Amino acid sequence: MDRSSHRRSRRLVPVVAVAAAAALTLAGCSSSSGGKKSEESSGANASAGKATTPRMTVALVTHQSPGDTFWDIVRKGAEAAAAKDNIKLVYSADPNAGNQANLVQNAIDQKVDGIAVTLAKPDAMKDVVAKAKSANIPVVGLNSGLSDWKKLGLLEFFGQDETVAGEAFGKKLNDVGAKHTVCVIQEQGNVGLTQRCDGVKKTFSGKTDVLYVNGTDMPSVKSTITAKLKQDSSIDYVTALGAPYALTAVQSVSDAGSKAKVATFDLNKDLTTAINKGTIQFAVDQQPYLQGYLAIDSLWLYKNNGNYSGGGEQPVLTGPAFVDKSNVEQIAKYAANGTR
Amino acid sequence: MSMTRHAEPAVATPPAPGPKETDGRTSERPLALRLLARPEVGVFLGAAAVYVFFLIAAPPVRDGGSMATILYQSSTIGIMALPVALLMIGGEFDLSAGVAVITSALTASMLSYQLTLNVWVGVIAALIVSLAVGFFNGWMVVKTGLPSFLVTLGTFLILQGANLAVTKLVTTNVATDDISNMDGFDQARKIFASSFDIGGVQVKITVFYWLVFAALATWVLLRTRYGNWIFAVGGNKDSARAVGVPVTFTKISLFMLVGVGAWFVGMHQLFTFNTVQSGEGVGQELIYIAAAVIGGCLLTGGYGSAIGPVFGAFMFGMVNQGIVFAGWNPDWFKAFLGVMLLGAVLINLWVRQSATRR
Repeated sequence: MDRSSHRRSRRLVPVVAVAAAAALTLAGCSSSSGGKKSEESSGANASAGKATTPRMTVALVTHQSPGDTFWDIVRKGAEAAAAKDNIKLVYSADPNAGNQANLVQNAIDQKVDGIAVTLAKPDAMKDVVAKAKSANIPVVGLNSGLSDWKKLGLLEFFGQDETVAGEAFGKKLNDVGAKHTVCVIQEQGNVGLTQRCDGVKKTFSGKTDVLYVNGTDMPSVKSTITAKLKQDSSIDYVTALGAPYALTAVQSVSDAGSKAKVATFDLNKDLTTAINKGTIQFAVDQQPYLQGYLAIDSLWLYKNNGNYSGGGEQPVLTGPAFVDKSNVEQIAKYAANGTR
Repeated sequence: MSMTRHAEPAVATPPAPGPKETDGRTSERPLALRLLARPEVGVFLGAAAVYVFFLIAAPPVRDGGSMATILYQSSTIGIMALPVALLMIGGEFDLSAGVAVITSALTASMLSYQLTLNVWVGVIAALIVSLAVGFFNGWMVVKTGLPSFLVTLGTFLILQGANLAVTKLVTTNVATDDISNMDGFDQARKIFASSFDIGGVQVKITVFYWLVFAALATWVLLRTRYGNWIFAVGGNKDSARAVGVPVTFTKISLFMLVGVGAWFVGMHQLFTFNTVQSGEGVGQELIYIAAAVIGGCLLTGGYGSAIGPVFGAFMFGMVNQGIVFAGWNPDWFKAFLGVMLLGAVLINLWVRQSATRR
C-alpha cells in the first residue's frame, strides 16, 4: 500500500511538469493569422424580440444522421423560431425510419402542442401521423415527403422538391455549357440524393454518370472521385450533393489533373468562400434554415390564429435557390454564422 | 507446429542449410512451402490476383497516376491497419479506432482555432489526447479483464457522441472552422499531407509513411524483444506472464500505438481538408480490422505479420478504386467489393492451408 501510494505521487510530478510546460508554451504559441480572434472581430448575430403568447411545446423529429451540417442548420432555424414564439422545442432524430416513428410516438406521449416531422420514408410514418391526428396534435411536414404529405393528412409542408431541384440543376448545367457530368452520391440508397441525380439526368442534355462514395471517409471520397475523373477524362462537371463533398471534389479535380468544374447542392461557410474564390461554380440552396424556422413558426400561427400556409393544398417551396459568384457576397455572412 | 515433424524424406535442402538456419528445425521443409506458410503470402497472392484482374479489366489502372490514387487510398487505411494488426496479434481489438481518428483531428483543429494558437500546439495536444484514449482502452482491458470488444465498443460510442457534442458546443456547428490561414499550417501540411513527384506522377506522402511504418513494424515484430512479447501475450497471456513477459505494459502500449496511428491519420485528414466533419469515421474501424485479417492476422491473436496488412490495405484500395476505374454499374459497387474481398480471403485461406498441410 505504502509503496504504491508513494509511486503514485512520484508519477504525479511529471504530469504537473508537463501541464505547466504546456501552459507556458501555449502562451508563446499564438497564431498571428486566422483563428477565433479574426472571426470575432468581424460581426455578430442578430436577435429579435419574443412573443407573449402562452408557452407551448413543439416536437421536431427528423431523419438526421448524427453530425450532418445540413440538419444542424435546419435545427438552428427551428430554434430561432422557438425562441421568438415562446416555444419549448423538443428536437429528436434518427435515420432509421422505424426509430423515427417511435420518436414521433414519444412526442405524442409527451402530449406536445404540435409536431414537425420529415417524411423520408412516408410509409413508416403513416401510422404515427394518424395517431397524432386522433390525439388532436397538429402535424406539419418539412424537407422530405413532398409527394406524400397531403396523403398522410399533414397540415402543411415546407421543403424543396428534390427532383425539381435536380432538374433546375441540370438546366443550369446546360446554361454553363457542360457536356458530361458525374453525380456523386455520398450515401448509397438515400432516396433524396437519388432523386437529385435523377432530376439532373432528366434535364441535362449531356451525359450523366452516377458515382457512389463512402461519405464517412473523406480520403476515400477524394480518391474515388479522382479515380472516376481519371477513368473518364471527358467529364467536365462534377455534381456534388453536399457542401463538404464539393470541397473535397475540388481537390480530386486537381489531383486527377482534370479540367472539370465543380458545382453542388447545399451550402456551408467554406463553400461560400470557395464560390467567391471561383473554385466552385455554383450551389443550389434549399434553405434549410427556412425549413426549420417556418415549420415551427407555422405551428405557432396555427395554434394562436388558426392559419396554415398553402391552404392545405400546396406545399411551401424553400428552394431551389441558386448561389453563384453574383450573389454569394450577401449570403456569405449568414453562412459564416452557420445559418445558411 | 513444425517441431513435431521429423526429417521429411523427400525434401531437398539436406545438410547445408542457409546461413541463417542454424536451428535445424526450419530446414526440414522446402523453401517454397515454408514461404507459403508465412501469414502474408496468401494475401500477397490475393492482392496480386486482384491487381492483375484490374489491369486487364480497367485500362486506366495501367496509368501511373491511377496507381498513385490507389496507393493513396490504401495508405490511409494501411497506416491505421498496422497498429490495429499489431494489437490483434497481441490478442485484442480496438473498435474505437475509426472515430478516434476524427477525435484527434477535431482536437487539433478546435484547440488551435478557438484559442488562436499556432497549429502545432493543436497537433501536440491531439497526440496527447490520442495517447490518453489508447491508454484508457488498454488500462480498462487489462485491469477489468473484460473482452476488448466490449471495452472499445464503449469508447467507440463515447467518442462518437463526444466528437459531435463537443464540436457543437465549441463551434456551434457540426464541422470545425477552416484553419488553413493560421500559423504553422503550411509547415504541418508539408509533413502530414504533401505529395512528391516521382517520374511525373504525384505520389502522396502518406504512401511513404505507410511503407516506412510497415518496415518499422516488421522489424519490431521480428527482431526485437517487444515483438516477441506481442506474439506471446496474444498467444497465451498466462504463460506469457509466467515466463516474465510484462503483459500489462505490452497490451496498454499496443492500444496507445493505435492512438498514435489515429493521431497520424487524423492529422493527415485535417491538413488535407482544412476542416473536419464531426460525424465521420464511423465504420472505418471495421475496414482497418478487415485489412489486418485479410492480411493474415488471426482474430484470436498470437499470429500474423505487419507486411500482411499492407497487402490487405492495398487490396482494399485496389478493389475500391478498381471498380470505379473499370466503370462498372455503381449500383452494384458494394456487392462487387464484398465478393472480391471474400474471394481474396478464400485464396488466402486456401494457400495457407495447403501450405501447412502439404
